Amino acid sequence: METDVLKRVPIAEQDPKVRAANFDEVCLGYNSEEAVAEAGRCLNCKNARCIQGCPVAINIPEFIHEVKEGNFEKASRIISEASSLPAVCGRVCPQESQCEGQCIRGIKGDPVSIGKLERFVADWARENNIKPKAPEEKNGKKVAVIGSGPAGLTCAGELAKKGYDVTIFEALHEPGGVLVYGIPEFRLPKQAVVAPEIENVKALGVKIETNVIIGKSTTIDELMEEEGFDAVFIGSGAGLPRFMGIPGETANGVFSANEYLTRSNLMKAFDEDYDTPIKPGKKVAVVGGGNVAMDAARTALRLGADVTIVYRRSESELPARVEEVHHAKEEGIKFNLLTNPTEILVDENGWVKGMKCVRMELGEPDESGRRSPVVIPDSEFEMELDTVIMSLGTSPNPLISSTTKGLDVNKRKCIVASEDNGMTSKSGVYAGGDAVTGAATVILAMGAGKAAAKGIDEYLNGNDR
Amino acid sequence: MYKILKAEKLADNIYLMDVEAKRVAKSCMPGQFVIVKIDEKGERIPLTICDYDREKGTITIVFQIVGASTARMSKLKAGDSFRDFTGPLGRPSELCDKSLEELKKMKILFVAGGVGTAPVYPQVKWLKENGVDADVIVGSKTYDLLILEKEMEAVAGNLYVTTDDGSYKRKGMVTEVIKDLVTNEGKKYDVCIAIGPMIMMKFVCLLTKDLDLPTVVSLNPIMVDGTGMCGACRVTVGGEVKFACVDGPEFDGHKVDFDQAMKRQQLYKTEEGRAFLRQQEGDTHHGNCGGDK
Repeated sequence: METDVLKRVPIAEQDPKVRAANFDEVCLGYNSEEAVAEAGRCLNCKNARCIQGCPVAINIPEFIHEVKEGNFEKASRIISEASSLPAVCGRVCPQESQCEGQCIRGIKGDPVSIGKLERFVADWARENNIKPKAPEEKNGKKVAVIGSGPAGLTCAGELAKKGYDVTIFEALHEPGGVLVYGIPEFRLPKQAVVAPEIENVKALGVKIETNVIIGKSTTIDELMEEEGFDAVFIGSGAGLPRFMGIPGETANGVFSANEYLTRSNLMKAFDEDYDTPIKPGKKVAVVGGGNVAMDAARTALRLGADVTIVYRRSESELPARVEEVHHAKEEGIKFNLLTNPTEILVDENGWVKGMKCVRMELGEPDESGRRSPVVIPDSEFEMELDTVIMSLGTSPNPLISSTTKGLDVNKRKCIVASEDNGMTSKSGVYAGGDAVTGAATVILAMGAGKAAAKGIDEYLNGNDR
Repeated sequence: MYKILKAEKLADNIYLMDVEAKRVAKSCMPGQFVIVKIDEKGERIPLTICDYDREKGTITIVFQIVGASTARMSKLKAGDSFRDFTGPLGRPSELCDKSLEELKKMKILFVAGGVGTAPVYPQVKWLKENGVDADVIVGSKTYDLLILEKEMEAVAGNLYVTTDDGSYKRKGMVTEVIKDLVTNEGKKYDVCIAIGPMIMMKFVCLLTKDLDLPTVVSLNPIMVDGTGMCGACRVTVGGEVKFACVDGPEFDGHKVDFDQAMKRQQLYKTEEGRAFLRQQEGDTHHGNCGGDK
């Protein structure tokens, strides 16, 4: 296979027109020939900056080297040492700002497609039935993990590898957290990709108990005092959806992105065989510019709607992954940028009929470093709509913090935990992921889960040895 | 899996089940709810906890057929199982915060409508067991839909049954009974707890506001996860948007925007939605997340 070393080996994708009407995965992945060719572009840097860019520090040059040599199983073992969810990360990580953003190849040309190679290796391992093994010796200590999303699965997997007896408690009826309720099928297939990754974590010896709401069904104190858990990791995720607080927001046809996506992803409302209904809408506005906004927009599109993203800053400030924005545009999602809603217009029966918006311009950078949007006077206009999906982030769920004695939260009501080892204000209790940081990414949550596993291991070892 | 130990038909389309759910039974309190899911394809259905047995580890639920999932649930028998059963969700009833001393001094009026009789029953029973007699009004459309009458009679201080069509006992709405008791008989109550259809709770609250009788209602909006994550259950209370699943389900009835709440309940009930779902399922499905909730 001939390649221009400055350019990535192109990857097959479903045609935008075809995929706009189905929920099958958009990106089809590399075949082995393509993967080997792309791996050949890696310079195998001694001081590998890509590893520093990876929140779970996968030995990237080493695994890519094995791909180049055709040793896919070995490559998968190298990735597994650092990551429990490679098939997920290869699909949903913001590589452009992490590993690939650091790639030397990227200075003069395209960076190496590290994410796509990771995905290839993980998919190959799954198809060839390569599974991680549970450690032979257990250390007899019990750890409870709250939440089975990226942070919880990672923390549980890491601890199980070290011989701990780990039980994950999941509030919903399926394990996976945001991987099953949030990220859509066309970006992260549930049965084909997520379920086997969770099976891999179970293969390490991790138990998962679904339908347990910590703070309600039982509490952290009860887990430690009555059920004999020596330590607890909280990876309960982001929590309650935010709304704008503008008039008309309780009208019928205004949904949080969480609700819209949960109905479609977790409850499979897009599939006629399932009981849960969804109101897809015909003319839909999605308010927000993050990955969740893109997911909601592309889900609505697939359910037959005409969809516009409404975002108050400009394109370069969109927090979503570049690939998601690109895919959304290809599929026909419209972007109404530098636009902010001021009121949702409601008909006499309580349904959305439109949205009043104002145009914005960018002013001085704010504390996040992004230029803050300022309203342009007399720029008000109306959009005709039947559905508005609010994708404005989340605020922490108080279920756990309000029922756990001695667990400190910060001003924003996020759990206070050390970035280095996840330690909270309560002895034996660790936390990480969106419950600590507020809504962020899958991989940052995994990084936090991994750090906390190390912290828990040090705590339990220091305790009686 | 969560095993059904008892399944009973209470009235047309209304069913009672005892379900084994140890964690829920250990920690639940009156006023809270559970979410049940019959199988892989079923909806998550919120239902108020009607009774619980901490020793046996069981929860009693009562539900009415309103959609595809509840229709399938009605066919389950003792020995069958729910795939999922989770809770307790929401906040316990405010009465749980009061000491027995305080409760004994209080005059409490319960107003139950239709399938809402089920969640009222355990509260009245609990009070009775603790030496507090509460008055109970039970309203039903017609005699055939009346549930738990005997059980209620055994625990209520006074029980007043009324049917919309006059097919049994009094004829008329629950509001007329309240008026009678307070205005004509001069009874004084410290608090009214109303659980039933949204429209009933709205009119009870309009009346009790006039009567200056504090009233607590238990709302039953559309929900998905029940833990605060989806925001489907938002309701305006005292001008503020609340999530019924985490801030409720019980609220000060005089502050609830019932008209908005009733409109929101129609979300999946439009003509178009009905036709669409009928065509898919060969059955009417209202997406109202079932039961009394």
